[in-house]
Amino acid sequence: MNEAAPTIQVVPGQVVPGQVVPGQVVPGQVVPGDNSTLAYDVERVRADFPILTQEVFGRPLVFLDSAASAQKPRQVLDAMDDAYETAYSNVHRGVHRMSQLCTDAFEAGREKVARYINAGSSDEIVFTRNATEALNLVADCFGRAFMKAGDEVVISALEHHSNIVPWHLLKERLGIELRIAPIDDDGNFLLDEFEALLGPRTRLVAMTHVSNAIGTIVPIKEVIARAHARGVPVLVDGSQAAPHLRIDVQDLDADFYAFTGHKVYGPTGIGVLYGKSERLNALPPYQGGGEMIASVTFEKSEFKAAPHRFEAGTPAIVEAIGLGAAIDYLESLGRDNIAAHESGILAYATQRLGEVPGLTIIGRAREKASIVSFVMENAHAHDIGTIVDRAGVAVRTGHHCAQPLLQRLGLTATARASFGIYNTREEVDALVEALGAVSEIFG
Amino acid sequence: MLDELRELYQEVILDHGRNPRNHRRPEDANRHARGNNPICGDTLVVYLDVGDDGVIRDAAFEGQGCAISIASASMMTDVLKGKTEAQARALFEKFHDLCTKDDFDLDAVDNGAGDDDLERLQVLAGVRAFPMRVKCATLAWHTMTAAMSGEDATSTE
Ligand SMILES: Cc1ncc(COP(=O)(O)O)c(C=O)c1O
Repeated sequence: MNEAAPTIQVVPGQVVPGQVVPGQVVPGQVVPGDNSTLAYDVERVRADFPILTQEVFGRPLVFLDSAASAQKPRQVLDAMDDAYETAYSNVHRGVHRMSQLCTDAFEAGREKVARYINAGSSDEIVFTRNATEALNLVADCFGRAFMKAGDEVVISALEHHSNIVPWHLLKERLGIELRIAPIDDDGNFLLDEFEALLGPRTRLVAMTHVSNAIGTIVPIKEVIARAHARGVPVLVDGSQAAPHLRIDVQDLDADFYAFTGHKVYGPTGIGVLYGKSERLNALPPYQGGGEMIASVTFEKSEFKAAPHRFEAGTPAIVEAIGLGAAIDYLESLGRDNIAAHESGILAYATQRLGEVPGLTIIGRAREKASIVSFVMENAHAHDIGTIVDRAGVAVRTGHHCAQPLLQRLGLTATARASFGIYNTREEVDALVEALGAVSEIFG
Repeated sequence: MLDELRELYQEVILDHGRNPRNHRRPEDANRHARGNNPICGDTLVVYLDVGDDGVIRDAAFEGQGCAISIASASMMTDVLKGKTEAQARALFEKFHDLCTKDDFDLDAVDNGAGDDDLERLQVLAGVRAFPMRVKCATLAWHTMTAAMSGEDATSTE
């Protein structure tokens, strides 16, 4: 039976134009390198996000759900509008001017992604629909090429469903086995226990870089080193790392690295699979169609090399351009500035939430991204979410698509506040104040 | 802000949420189903003991969930006892309207299953102002109808 569609009452707010201070770097302006010495001005960042002026139930929106999907700065919205208005066409197809302009902008998006994660070449960047498709692509193509019944894939207890279910599908199809690297009760990843799972049948390690549910940062470089020591390649799910951490796929020596555009302040509908050239080109195609073939006769097709081999059909053209704009934006803020800002908020939120009576923080790993999961003694996460929503505070509640992890922690649901480049300490205070109403109602 | 929330979390609901009635697994249940709300991961199992005459002799449930879903399951299992299957289904239909329709009028309803029951269930009508929470209130009922139909699993999706 269908229930009423969810509605949120939103009062249109006023858009505050981004302030430009002479002599300072304007967010969105492309500046080479990393501007990590510039001071971080969160109010100026906020002014770039039109949605943040919205009110919810008469209160200013306090958006603490960026781990699910981040809001978009004007620079991204403008870049996409601009593409549609001035340089839109299908890509890689025509000899005409518009096709060339649009293809250039699309491929510039790929270059920016390569720069963002320090890939050796933009040919190592495959555009997908989202992280889920990137993970499925590797499971499907790598599985077809290199795995058979009894082979093993090692994942961790921290995974999002999108890095579990593709392996279950492969298990059904090929009879592979899954091994789960454990965590301790605080959510720390256990390296030695992980290493002990690597055996003669291990074909691939597929592991999250940062847990979306409890924020744990996995020591992924060490994971990769230990897997490589046994000749096992590693696929990293970087969905939650890409918004927060400086990522260098060459330094990590990752074989594959996946993330999703909408969590790095870019649009939905675009994701990224990085793969080392030799790894990508050793894989069979994912889907068949236009764009991915070198030549086709009625008898057979010859496939292009990566990345085009994996990009059958018309891609998410303007989304790739938008993702490029998001990356420009993040780089203009300075990756280290972002990290410093977010770790400040994380520390403050951890302290303030820790003071709320009856509240327990779930996930106390030594290394965490700015994600805080919690439960309260007398109130279920779902009730917490409803109550703080009425104060304009958006938090995620439930299992966060990580049901096995919550089960491991003896829970079915948590409330989760996640913090991004535009969040402030005042917003942490607003959450804490809103949680007062939970105690008032539930005692 | 607190008014609508107080309307949702009425004392009766909080009490059923904290001390759910019929929260047990009956020995002689002859129907049961597991209900799952995929949005929050809440799971309920509803047990029914239905006599040959089609009358529900006992109704109970197990599971964990938010205050709304537990209170709803608790109240549902209370009102189901003594109802026929047809009456139970009819009651769900009215209850569903009560949870979703702003113009629902209790006085205009003649469901043949006892208006007293709907009147008791009316405390859950507060979910109307919280469309995201309607599924919490109806999960137990969906599960109950699945149990009667002999399905062993259902979902609010
Ligand atoms: C760790 C992790 N992996 C994968 C995903 C899937 O991302 P998407 O839904 O964009 O494919 C998410 C987000 O939902 C995530 O948090």
